[in-house]
Amino acid sequence: MTTSDVTIQEAGTTADRPLLEIRDLAISFKTGSGEVQAVRNAHLTIMPGETVAIVGESGSGKSTTALAAIGLLPGNGRIAGGQILLDGEDISHASEKRMIELRGNTIGMVPQDPMSNLNPVWKIGDQVKETLKANGRPSGPDDVAKVLAQAGLPDAARRAKQYPHEFSGGMRQRALIAIGLSCQPRLLIADEPTSALDVTVQRQILDHLEKMTSELGTSVLLITHDLGLAAERADKVVVMYRGNVVEAGPSLELLQNPQHPYTQRLVASAPSLASRRIQVAKELGVTTNELLAPAEAAVVAPAQTEDVLQIQNLSKVFKLRSGFGKSTDFTAVDDVSFNVKRGTTTAIVGESGSGKSTVAQMVLNLLEPTSGKIVFDGVDTSALNTKEIFAFRRRVQPIFQDPYGSLDPMYNIYRTIEEPLRVHKIGDKASREKKVRELLDQVSLPQSTMQRYPNELSGGQRQRVAIARALALDPEVIICDEAVSALDVLVQAQVLNLLAELQSRLGLTYLFITHDLAVVRQIADHVCVMEKGKLVETGSTDDVFDAPQRDYTKALLNAIPGARLMLPPEVA
Amino acid sequence: MKTNREFEHFVAPVEETPLLATDAVKVDDAPLSLWADAWRKLRRRPLFIISAVMIALIIVVAVFPGLFTQVAPDNGCELANSNGAPTEGHPLGFTFQGCDIYSRIIHGTQASLMVGVFSVISVLIIGVTLGALAGFFGGWVDTVIARLGDIFFALPIVLGALVLTQLPLMRENRGVWTVVLVLVVLGWPQMARITRGAVIEVRNADFVTAARSLGVSRIGSLVSHVLPNALAPIIVLATMELGVFIVAEATLSFLGIGMPGSVMSWGNDISAAQSSIRTNPAVLLYPATALSITVLSFIMLGDALRDALDPKSRQR
Repeated sequence: MTTSDVTIQEAGTTADRPLLEIRDLAISFKTGSGEVQAVRNAHLTIMPGETVAIVGESGSGKSTTALAAIGLLPGNGRIAGGQILLDGEDISHASEKRMIELRGNTIGMVPQDPMSNLNPVWKIGDQVKETLKANGRPSGPDDVAKVLAQAGLPDAARRAKQYPHEFSGGMRQRALIAIGLSCQPRLLIADEPTSALDVTVQRQILDHLEKMTSELGTSVLLITHDLGLAAERADKVVVMYRGNVVEAGPSLELLQNPQHPYTQRLVASAPSLASRRIQVAKELGVTTNELLAPAEAAVVAPAQTEDVLQIQNLSKVFKLRSGFGKSTDFTAVDDVSFNVKRGTTTAIVGESGSGKSTVAQMVLNLLEPTSGKIVFDGVDTSALNTKEIFAFRRRVQPIFQDPYGSLDPMYNIYRTIEEPLRVHKIGDKASREKKVRELLDQVSLPQSTMQRYPNELSGGQRQRVAIARALALDPEVIICDEAVSALDVLVQAQVLNLLAELQSRLGLTYLFITHDLAVVRQIADHVCVMEKGKLVETGSTDDVFDAPQRDYTKALLNAIPGARLMLPPEVA
Repeated sequence: MKTNREFEHFVAPVEETPLLATDAVKVDDAPLSLWADAWRKLRRRPLFIISAVMIALIIVVAVFPGLFTQVAPDNGCELANSNGAPTEGHPLGFTFQGCDIYSRIIHGTQASLMVGVFSVISVLIIGVTLGALAGFFGGWVDTVIARLGDIFFALPIVLGALVLTQLPLMRENRGVWTVVLVLVVLGWPQMARITRGAVIEVRNADFVTAARSLGVSRIGSLVSHVLPNALAPIIVLATMELGVFIVAEATLSFLGIGMPGSVMSWGNDISAAQSSIRTNPAVLLYPATALSITVLSFIMLGDALRDALDPKSRQR
């Protein structure tokens, strides 16, 4: 790689001195209940031109460590001990004036959320110009366009005159990278730069970031929750857990030979590295061969297991208002057909805007199809009357993406899980309470959780409550709309295992909507790949993963971070 | 970018950060609902404590005026005491008509508070219902209700009240209820607007969709999920409006279109004090102070509630 030359050049001037060295860093936050230690004994070394990744779950202190390095800790946080050496200079207690000098010029930052980190009332070009100006660099329109073009934004001069809302998520992230790198800093801190983006876009952005930083010789501190991504992109991985650095080392070695129990746990459950379905004994007389039979074949040959859901030529057209009295048609779902067999998991995969969630909404009978049929257990669901829909709701239940939004904050957990029973007038008070206790056991939550409120639970726990609520009515089909996308890897693995276990125990059928192919690999028997409202490929998970037929599917598979890494068989 | 540099493989001792169970539920602290959480925040705030004590006192005065004064407020006024200075048993002196000012303030509390409370209750019923329907269903329901509200919103309250109270039916039955009616007719749109906004914010939340797919009807989900979650701004506005309505009552009474002269209220007393303000400012000052303190208490309470119920300040 070309990088090594850069390192040698740098080494000539800085005599192999680390660019950033963090020693025994301790950070604490003042909260209502006293001082809380967020980071303890963190240490980290970044040599010039090197990429180092910090990996950890939310709350592990990885972002806090990075923010301390750029002097942007929130007001109630302070550095309680240790040193942050930037090129030999201790900046852990540097003055605000010195930090302002360093920011932009020496340390650049690419923030996490491209949607909220650009000022919506400023043109993109002005936001780049602001950074250039603040660091005393030429900031004419040509310079701005050059910076944006370098970040891979096509037609940069015209784009610079646009506002953030005219940009897609990937383009906004490119603009943020342009801003972060505009003053050619020696260290770039990238805080989850792509976690809000689709995998293929993530891939492009990271490729481009890698190219730019190696051309400029910039060191990168990459913060991510995705071990596969970290291993693929960084020379060195630092694993943080509960505010401590628990393991650090060369990325591949760390992955192949994890020493600390936490790292081992992380490697074992990283979805991007796993390569098979969560193994649970299949009951209900379904054999493995039938499970793996392609969906199309099942239609031709008489299937032994019935199709619980048949989606036939489903389309949904939304009318978008475009000016006074006029409207344009937007086809969100275009002629989609597939079948779901009882007791299996079918995943619908696609990027944002592919129409996969719209399909889920129509299957749940929350949205009316423009054309086409959804046949559930032999009955066309669009022909149901109010009473029949009520009965249908009992048999098909959803689990939604956002664990923070899908539980009513005013209801305690008992009322949340009891609600479906109450609505469907099942049992009396005592039997309902018994049922709620059983359900909590099923999702392995302590029964004392009943009296708690959603805001006291973590994302994974809320998602387990949502699963318990969905199970309350003993449904046959559960529609999981990105049910694990918002969770940390370990928690995600836990929830996926729970879902697989419940499936084998209760014979549930899942329709699993996700953008994450790595998750599909772990849970699904069949896959439907959607692109721009159309179904581009269907088949058994193994077929699709081993021999994808369409370019789009191939691109999606290639974009899974860490997919190309070689791992020992016992880990993979 | 990858370099060829060698790194050492560092592993921290396991004892330093013992491994916890993945995603364990905290079982030690007490469960906390939104209201319990708000109460915990409120009870430490001086703003809340002061305003709550004041309001409690005002309510006691309104319900049991006899606890505070034995002097009759209206009959038994002696003209000999006209504009008299404070004497034994009459701590605030006398009005132009020779009535005890202190006693009149105590007995006037009831009318002022009644107008405030009943106006707010009625505004809540009408404003919340209409606002919730408008916000939840949208479309033409929203358009009709929002335009209707705008019409009433555009009427200045004094001008509107002048016209309304001159209607024959209102003129003949003047009293607490006509004042309440006027305030409700002119005051509901603000409540409807706030409710509508809050409902729109909540109605697309995932938990509402989840409830719908459990089989809860549309109206059912509005009542059991959307409204309870939209309650915080409504409560804050209702508290503040209570103060505002009490002032409005005083304004209307001052202008002679509020309470009839026979009803004792702070507004009437302030109005009557106009003629003697130069010779005896106490006549104006004391009822005006009582009014200000009451209104201030309610607005302070609203402020404290707004901080405590702010969803952004809640931990996720």
